[in-house]
Amino acid sequence: MSVSSPRPSAALPYLLLLPSVAYLVIFFASPMVQAFGLAFTSTTGEWGLTSLSAMVSDDRFWPAVWTTLILLVVLLPIQLALALAMSMIITGRLRGRGFWLYVFLLPLGVSELGAGILWYSIFVEQGWLNTVLQGVGLIDRPVIWLDYREPWRVIGTIVVAEAWRSTSLLVIILVGGLRQIPKDYLEAADVFHAGPWQRMRHVVLPLLRPTIRTAMIVRVVLAFEVFATVIALGGTATDTLATQANRAYTEFQDAHLASAYGLVILVVSLVAVGLVLAALPARRERGE
Amino acid sequence: MRRVLGYGGAALLAGWILVPIWFVVVGAFSTADSVYTYPLAPWPDWSLESMRFFVTSAGVPQALLSSVVVALITGVLTLLLAAPAGYALARFVFPGASAYRLTVLATRAFPVVVLSIPLAVFFLQWGIYDSVWGVAFMHTALALPFVVLMVAGVFAGVPVDIEEAAQIFGCSRFGAFRRAVVPNAAPGLAAAGTFAVLLSYNEVFAASILTLQEPTLPVFVLTGLTQAPLPFRYAGALFLLAPAFLFILLIRRRLVGVGGPTLR
Repeated sequence: MSVSSPRPSAALPYLLLLPSVAYLVIFFASPMVQAFGLAFTSTTGEWGLTSLSAMVSDDRFWPAVWTTLILLVVLLPIQLALALAMSMIITGRLRGRGFWLYVFLLPLGVSELGAGILWYSIFVEQGWLNTVLQGVGLIDRPVIWLDYREPWRVIGTIVVAEAWRSTSLLVIILVGGLRQIPKDYLEAADVFHAGPWQRMRHVVLPLLRPTIRTAMIVRVVLAFEVFATVIALGGTATDTLATQANRAYTEFQDAHLASAYGLVILVVSLVAVGLVLAALPARRERGE
Repeated sequence: MRRVLGYGGAALLAGWILVPIWFVVVGAFSTADSVYTYPLAPWPDWSLESMRFFVTSAGVPQALLSSVVVALITGVLTLLLAAPAGYALARFVFPGASAYRLTVLATRAFPVVVLSIPLAVFFLQWGIYDSVWGVAFMHTALALPFVVLMVAGVFAGVPVDIEEAAQIFGCSRFGAFRRAVVPNAAPGLAAAGTFAVLLSYNEVFAASILTLQEPTLPVFVLTGLTQAPLPFRYAGALFLLAPAFLFILLIRRRLVGVGGPTLR
């Protein structure tokens, strides 16, 4: 082997990458460029802001923006806390780690719509939540949780459903980070009689910082794609940017309007990612 | 004491995941009468009435078939594209490798909403709109970045030694790959393919944009959701959730770390 010329092997890795790169150029990069073209043209094909202004002047635009942002802001801390607790259990000293790992990762493979219907069966008037609450005597008669005249209540149910469904993704990221923390650090904490809280606060969390940042970025991007859960729980009464984009295409057959929504989602999610990076700046860590 | 607290917390969190799943199982395996009775009984009647009603509803068998076909095409196509790239990342040190990794990761920042609408326009021109191929191509683009990184991890776990040994005993480079690496990497590759299959089976936004007469199962359920009776919804939900129970069991250990260390 050592006598063979170096040329073919120098080109080999690039040849191996080529199919995936070509695929992503065709099915990822070029539609991305086309999205801008669609958003900045009208249905008649003229360049301009027609589609964007049509979008902004829609009565449901601003409510959709606010609902999307509220969902993000409320869900982020809840999910980080839940995911951190789950990851500590998976990487901790309890028995049955395989079982905990399985259970906490289950929602990762769960269909978004399936999860939405699952929570619908819980929050519907004659559903599980009311059955349980009435069973223990907390309420006298069923509460209408999915009351479409009470947007806050519906948003609350979406928060619960999303917290259930999409925390697993953060768990796999955090578990990966926790496993990279050298055992010496934790042992050192034990030597100095650090309690569990001090160990968490002064050893684990600082070392986990880059991983937490990654988890937040992933969560932020996904927050702007909330779609089927919203439709399953909120019907047509509650809008997010993604449900509006879908409606623009499937109901109004307007690819330009739908792309305008897509562009808003892209811009808002890039801004949000920027905010996360600004809040948790990358720090040069020793030994890396 | 801390131990008890640990198990208590773990059980509580496990209950938070599992109890809602139990509710949907009860809903799907109960008769229509029980589903509409309030308060609900915590145990199912173990009746197949709702499931049978769902499976035999007009449009469901075709939608289920479409979903399965799309998921299988996605799984195979994604693996075919990801395997060479993952192998290159795992085995070679070359300029551009980290740029490639970074680009692949950056695709995650671009929401599916932005992608699927222009693709619908392209697919109309190419004549694959409203077909299993169109949806599968889209799903492959979504799954590819994750799967490339998973596959790179799988190949990195196969020792270089056995590959070199195979070459010393007369295998060509590709022969060594096929005879020595693939058998060792097979379980990991299968897990990566499973991940793509699951992603495709669950995906609803892009599939709803890209289909009209030939919806996948989640799109079919979504379209009729507001008029659908409860037994139909609950049986449908179980159909949508069921693959996750098996597939996550099979691939759970390989998922950890996909997004973690590699994402930095």
